[in-house]
This record gives sequence, structure tokens and C-alpha cells, in this order.
Amino acid sequence: MDDFYRELIIERYKTPHFRGVLDPHDISYEDDNPACGDHIQIDVRLDENGIVTEALFSGEGCAISQASADLLLESIIGKMVDDIKKLSKEDILENLGIELGPVRLKCALLPLKVLKAGIYGIEKTERSD
Amino acid sequence: MAAKKITGYDVNKVREDFPVLTREVYPGVPLIYLDSAATSQKPKAVIKAMSAYYQDTNANIHRGIHKLAEEATYAYESARERIAAFINAPSSEELIFTRNTTESINLVAYSWGRAFLKAGDRILLTEMEHHSNLVPWQMLASELDLELDFIPVTPDGLLDLDIYEQQLKKGPKLLGITHMSNVLGTVNPLEQILLDAKAAGAVTLVDGAQAAPHFQVDISKLAADFYAFSAHKMCGPTGIGVLFGKKDLLEKMPPFLGGGEMIKRVELRSFKTNDLPHKFEAGTPAIAEAVGFGAAVDYLSELGMDQIERHERSLTGYAIEKLSQISDLHILGPDIEEKGGVVAFYIKDIHAHDVAQILDSEGIAVRAGHHCAQPLHTKFDLPATSRASLYLYNTREEVDRLIDGIHKVKNIFA
Repeated sequence: MDDFYRELIIERYKTPHFRGVLDPHDISYEDDNPACGDHIQIDVRLDENGIVTEALFSGEGCAISQASADLLLESIIGKMVDDIKKLSKEDILENLGIELGPVRLKCALLPLKVLKAGIYGIEKTERSD
Repeated sequence: MAAKKITGYDVNKVREDFPVLTREVYPGVPLIYLDSAATSQKPKAVIKAMSAYYQDTNANIHRGIHKLAEEATYAYESARERIAAFINAPSSEELIFTRNTTESINLVAYSWGRAFLKAGDRILLTEMEHHSNLVPWQMLASELDLELDFIPVTPDGLLDLDIYEQQLKKGPKLLGITHMSNVLGTVNPLEQILLDAKAAGAVTLVDGAQAAPHFQVDISKLAADFYAFSAHKMCGPTGIGVLFGKKDLLEKMPPFLGGGEMIKRVELRSFKTNDLPHKFEAGTPAIAEAVGFGAAVDYLSELGMDQIERHERSLTGYAIEKLSQISDLHILGPDIEEKGGVVAFYIKDIHAHDVAQILDSEGIAVRAGHHCAQPLHTKFDLPATSRASLYLYNTREEVDRLIDGIHKVKNIFA
């Protein structure tokens, strides 16, 4: 358990590096984890090649969800949108460096879920345009 | 009911009745169960009664002529009678078995609501309701185009009764109200509230899920047309609850679910409903669970609801006193005088989920989240709280362990 709240997670929870909102943005999406009331919004800016230049998150939640969001956004700067779609549960757990039970896994995966929903949402809009 | 012998309440002896309380959660870490508002633990008497029912009796009820069916029917109906007596209901035919409190409320919304409400009618609820007493009415409101009003909760976690009196003047058709809040712990002064609602012409429904397990509910003293509660929060099994309903209302209401048992006669294109309470109990019910529920109210009555309430009140007072001494920790809800054994709290800058996770590593089971009362948390501008809920088997030593655990949480996040 002491691993659970390893220094990295507490540190990123208390002083996140990627917290805030981007306006204007190319992608923005938000969602809740109904089990615990976590709420996360992620804003992303892309360059003309579809590469992430900036990404920030806002909202509130537990240390796991917040640290997970912060580490996720750090990992996507400079990445292609198509590469972000390939990110999986394993990548998130690798970022956090811990094993999680089914309940807390939802906290950890909420940021990725929000990010992917934002990406697929924007693609839908582009298609419908 | 027979007079209870007033002896001291021996919580350690009570604990011996609950096998799960002896287990370790992790090696060397004993269980401290502070989540009884979610579901209570079960005493041996209940586990044995259900097991014995399956081993020695098990048959379907009401239909069979054989010995086992007769015994099963007796066991089921006898449980109904004992539960009716437990809340001092005038007759057991006013007691309908459901799956739980949620289903009981849905039954009223679906059956009474659809038959007796029309567009523009108002339903009055409170801001402290559990989702189970909000969402069924929201669903009905959108179906029938009803208006929903809410008695506000004051910053100290009490209902604003001045505003309530104003709201009654709008002529609500129904008041739906919790007896005790599952977050704030507030025990609402129902006697007067319900009388006022009746005087204003409203039908009254009470969510008693957090009340019936913890203190004596006397239905004959409450102007409640409907009163709902669940077995599993009061030492009984999951999967069974009850709806008490006034006979005249239940008789006028159309049935809820259709099927076997709820009918008197069936033809290809029509049916005639059965008498109360069977009219609302379609299909094979949770028989073993009813037996378990009956054993649970027997168990509670034997301990004495007054004794249980006294024990919990003293323990809650102790918990509030200790928790109040922790810096940056805030307790929701009113003072002990108006509060049952539910203590929801938050610690500045530490999310409730993290609190619960670290407490779990100490073997302490608390709940974290919005406890199915999201609008209430929104009102207090809190995404989530941690909740320690106390019951008849909890001790002061367990509260002390909770306090130690919270200090550990604060150290990790310091």
C-alpha cells in the first residue's frame, strides 16, 4: 500500500505540471466517474500535422485520477493523435508505476477515457463537416 | 411488544454474533467495519435461519398442498407478520415484500404515481434525498410532465421548515422524504412534517432505509402513507425490502408487476388482481430472504431498539468529538442531538477516495464518494466525502483506530 501512494503520485497530485484550461483549443472533452465523483476535463492544442503541442486538464478527483491525468498529458506532448489512440490501460499503469484493483482502476483510466473520447469526438465533427 | 429487560448493552457480546467481525482484512490486520449505512453485517441467527430454510424446508409458497410448501408459506408469511409488528403496522397485509427500498419507491411512483397524477401536479422532495428517492420521481415527472420542488437543506444539514411551509401552499400531491439522511445523518422531525403534509392534502412517502435499522420506527405514530426500508441494512440479507402502504391507497392502486401470485383469476385477455399484499408480489418472491429478514427483526428486537439507539448515539457522540479535534477535517450535518450514526467528513486537499484507500490498508472499511446523494454534495460544493457509519457492533476502540488511520492519511499527504 505504501507503494500505492508513491512519492510521484503524491507530488503530481499536489503540484501538477499540466493543470489548467486551454482556450482556444482543438480538442476539449470532460467526463465523470459516477462511482466517486471524479470529474476531468482535458483541453488539447494540435499543430497542422495533428501533433499535440499543448495539453492541460482541469476538474477534481482523487490523487490517482489527478496524477494519472498529469502523467498522461506529459506523455502525449509531441505525439500524433493516431498514436494517442493506441494508448492502453497498461500505458497508464506504467506511468503510475502501481497495480490497481478494479475500483481504483476506473480513477486511473478516467483521463485516458476523456482524452480518447475528445479525439474521437473531434474526428466525428470533422467528418460531418 | 413485551417489555425489554434493561440491562447494560454488552457490545463485545454482540460482536460474537457476527462471524465476519473476527476476520482479518490483510495478514495481521483485523476488520473494522464502519460501512453499515451501505450494508450491515449479518448475525449468525440470520445466516442460520436462511441456511436451515434451504436445508430443511425449501418449497415454493402459496400454491403447493404438500408439507414443505405449507411450511415455506408459513415461514414467509410469519416473517411478514413479525416485520409488520417490528414497525407497529396495523396489519401485515399492508406490508409488501419488494427487492429493497429502491424498488419500494419505484413501486409507488409507477403504480400510484401513474394512476393518480397528471400534468402540472407537484411533487415535493428534499435536497437530502438518496438517488433512490429522486430518480423515480424525475422519471415520472418527465413522463407525466410533473413539477418537482425540493425542501432546502440548511448549511447545518437540517431541512428548512419555514420554506417547507411555503412549499406546502403550492399544494403538492406527494411528499417524498427520508427519515434519516445517509450522508448528513440528520434524523428529520417527521411527526410534524408528515402531519403538515397531510393537512395540505399530500400523500406521504418516507424512505426509512437508514432509520428502521437504528431506532424504533412506530408507523402508527407517523402520518406516513408509504414507508420503505431494506433488510440488508438491518442485519438481514440483500435482495429483500418492504413497502408499508396504507390499505385504502394500496387497494386503489393498479398492480406493479404482472405475473403469477398477483392474480386471483386469469383469462386469455384479462385478469383479476389478488388481495393485498399479494397483489403487488408477482412471481416467486425471495423466500429464504424473507425468512432471513424475519430472523433479523427478531434479533434486533431481542437486543432492543432502544438499547441499540442508545449505544449508537453514545458512539456517534464519541466519534464526532474525536474527529472534531483533527485539523482540516470537517464533518457534515447537524449536531449529535439531531444526528444518527452516520459521520460524513472531508479533509482539506485530500480526496475522499484516497482517505478510504489508506484507511483500507489499516483494515478500516469506510465509504467514499457521493453516497448516492450527488445533488447534496453539489449543494455543499464537495465532489466527494468519506463516511464512517456506525452500528450496533461498533466500539470506541474502533473509532480510535479510525482516528489513528486518519492521522496516517494526513501524514502521507503532508
